[in-house]
Amino acid sequence: MRSSALKHIRIVFSSIVLVVLAFLFIDFRGLVPQKLFAPLLYLQFIPSLLKYVIAGAVTATGFIVVIALTLLTGRTYCSFLCPLGILQDVISRIGGMFKRRFRKYGYKKPYTILRYFVLILTAGILLLGGVYVLSILDPYSTFGRFMTFFAKPVVLLLNNLLATILGKFDIYSVFKIDIKAYELAAYVIPVSFLFLIGFLAFRYGRLYCNTVCPVGTFLGILSKASLFRIRFDEEKCTRCGRCAMVCKSSCIDFLNKHIDTSRCVNCFNCLEACNEKAMAYDLVRIKSSRPSVETDTSRRKFITGSIILLAGGSQIIRSQDNKPVPTKDSTVKEDRLYPVSPPGSSGIAPFTSRCTACNLCVSACPTSVLQPSVSEYGIAGIMQPRMDFHHGFCNYECTRCTDLCPTGAIMPLMLEAKKLTQIGKAVFIKDNCIVKTEKTNCGACSEHCPTKACHLVAYEGRLLIPEVTDEICIGCGACEYACPTKPYKAIFVDGNPLHEAAKKPETKELEKAPGDFPF
Amino acid sequence: MKRRHFLRNSLGAGVAAGAFLSFGGSQKILAGKPVPAGPSYDLIAVMNGEPEEMFDMGIQALGGMGSFVSPGQKVLVKPNIGWDVVPEKGGNTNPALVKRIIEHCLKAGAKEVYVFDNTCDNWIRCYQNSGIEKAVKSAGGKIVPANSEKYYQEVTIQNGKKLTSAKVHEMVLNSDVFINVPILKNHSSTRMTGALKNMMGVVWDRGFWHANNLNQCIADFGLYSKKPNLHVLDAYNVMMRNGPRGVSVEDLSKMKSLFLSTDGVAVDAAGAKMMGLEPAKVEHLAIAAGMGIGKIDLATMNIHRIKM
Repeated sequence: MRSSALKHIRIVFSSIVLVVLAFLFIDFRGLVPQKLFAPLLYLQFIPSLLKYVIAGAVTATGFIVVIALTLLTGRTYCSFLCPLGILQDVISRIGGMFKRRFRKYGYKKPYTILRYFVLILTAGILLLGGVYVLSILDPYSTFGRFMTFFAKPVVLLLNNLLATILGKFDIYSVFKIDIKAYELAAYVIPVSFLFLIGFLAFRYGRLYCNTVCPVGTFLGILSKASLFRIRFDEEKCTRCGRCAMVCKSSCIDFLNKHIDTSRCVNCFNCLEACNEKAMAYDLVRIKSSRPSVETDTSRRKFITGSIILLAGGSQIIRSQDNKPVPTKDSTVKEDRLYPVSPPGSSGIAPFTSRCTACNLCVSACPTSVLQPSVSEYGIAGIMQPRMDFHHGFCNYECTRCTDLCPTGAIMPLMLEAKKLTQIGKAVFIKDNCIVKTEKTNCGACSEHCPTKACHLVAYEGRLLIPEVTDEICIGCGACEYACPTKPYKAIFVDGNPLHEAAKKPETKELEKAPGDFPF
Repeated sequence: MKRRHFLRNSLGAGVAAGAFLSFGGSQKILAGKPVPAGPSYDLIAVMNGEPEEMFDMGIQALGGMGSFVSPGQKVLVKPNIGWDVVPEKGGNTNPALVKRIIEHCLKAGAKEVYVFDNTCDNWIRCYQNSGIEKAVKSAGGKIVPANSEKYYQEVTIQNGKKLTSAKVHEMVLNSDVFINVPILKNHSSTRMTGALKNMMGVVWDRGFWHANNLNQCIADFGLYSKKPNLHVLDAYNVMMRNGPRGVSVEDLSKMKSLFLSTDGVAVDAAGAKMMGLEPAKVEHLAIAAGMGIGKIDLATMNIHRIKM
């Protein structure tokens, strides 16, 4: 095919993908039905791979489809399905609109060592059981963080502006939402990547995809064997170089009439640019192979060594857990032994080994109890979501996060099962409690408790003080959220390293209702 | 069918109620203004009907909604929508009751009827699953968000002992008539929640109340100048334990009752008694009565009892 139709199809298709995926992350009103997330994210490569291989979800076969697609058509994924890739296309398009042309396209040599080093590093650490390099580099998750950390607040800001205006006209269908920032340290990686990817895309098109992105490199290897490719029609080509000037991947060496397939993302810009119709996207033809690069054994050794070193280093980082030291002051600091992982994750270790920190659950959580962590799971788990009961508490009737996780870090839970999943246990600190310190009744904790694991018992005089029945506590954190003491709470939830089953609260018969007014 | 049933019940309620109705009606036609409820009942107690019917009866006994709402006025109806639970669980005010109240307001000529609550659980889910959002919309009222601090304005509470100021929802300030529609429930800390406790849903910072002598703060808020003009206490399905959220439907007792009064302490006293509590032993009621906010002694009240 030589027509420019392919490019236009790409633009329309990818725009839809970008808008839909962005909407999943900024859907602050929860308009997308919970069950739609899985099909919409089915084809995201890394999430699907993790869900299938690590979480063992046999339905998560999206990555196989992507591999097959790549073997057939080349890196179509990168231009049609990868939200970060499409976002970069938008950015470089903006870069191209400036008069002085910030954008520098044209053939460039690949950063081969860096590319393969990043891929081997990511894959190596993943094989050793650590998802954390992948979670930083996975393009889908990086995109998710951009949406959650930057796009959503902007959308909320606009929403609040609109709500203020409509409110003046007595219209409340658009409502204000308080915008709350995450912990500052959680922004380090998203902000760095925003600048890095933003700059590279603005100036150099898909340089990030062809240098840093491990998915891009991996699919690049596969695409070297793909059936469909872009090729030169050597007779028609006049070496005008138009194709190279529109190539986002800088992979067209027009002087030698050669295309670096491993970097080509199938954007089809070159097909449209070629006036001579000398470029075509069709079935590959056998031709004499170019001399292959000689294997550099010392380079290989270096790469292997680095992997081992980094893997070891990261294990050391992991072991440095962040345990607050209890201090006896006017109030007692909560002695948290473990962070709380979301229901459906079955525990801290299974969760942190599967989560790529795309923050979709953080964005979709209706109560904002899911927050990107900083060091609660260890430094390596940075940005992986945890239950933060200072921000909110887990709604008893909600299973939203369990249905939308694309990597299988959070697996689906039926509502009745979720209500009996103990993700942590409430711990009461009497010395912080208002009932003891101020000698007045409060009960905010037990008021919010959905199982009455946290209930009030007689204390001094007319005072009632909280008490926790561990077996029926599910660790939803409503008590901790509601507790009004500052700076330390009088009741907090300590995570269960592995989630446990809670008992069902017992019920007894009630006395009959009065048949007449008792006054 | 409904109307016939309604009329029969009206007749059954006795001559007093009938006379009351015509009195209220003629007054309204003549004056075109709300009239103070004629023979001053402290409390209307209704039993054995469906929530809507009981409200029809109760409001008649108070001279009809026209005694409270004049044409063109903005009305705020404040139910309890605190929890993300379905109506059968009795955690929130009965949506059918809310709907009927709004209909009465609109019939009396209200320009707009607003409904909101500062919920405990996620507000969107509370509004939806309580059935109240739907009820409000179908009745022609307006459901208003209360999820953001931006909707609240700082007000002072004169003579409050602990609570001297609070951030109150702008709808409380902007409305002409304020109808409080709590549901009667057990409460782990304050023992019961009714009219007075329901006011916590119009303020932003509830944590302050909990941290600064909850019972005193609840009573103090009764001093705030913008008081509800009418309290309607829903005691149809009463949560007797595990309140205020409830654990299961087995916590509920079917009392099929409704209490109306311009006095929040009075309806709460009746509610307390229904739950087997001595009103004077319910701390926030005792404090409120002591501060002169309302009457607590049922024995000395002028009560109009309606059994359907």
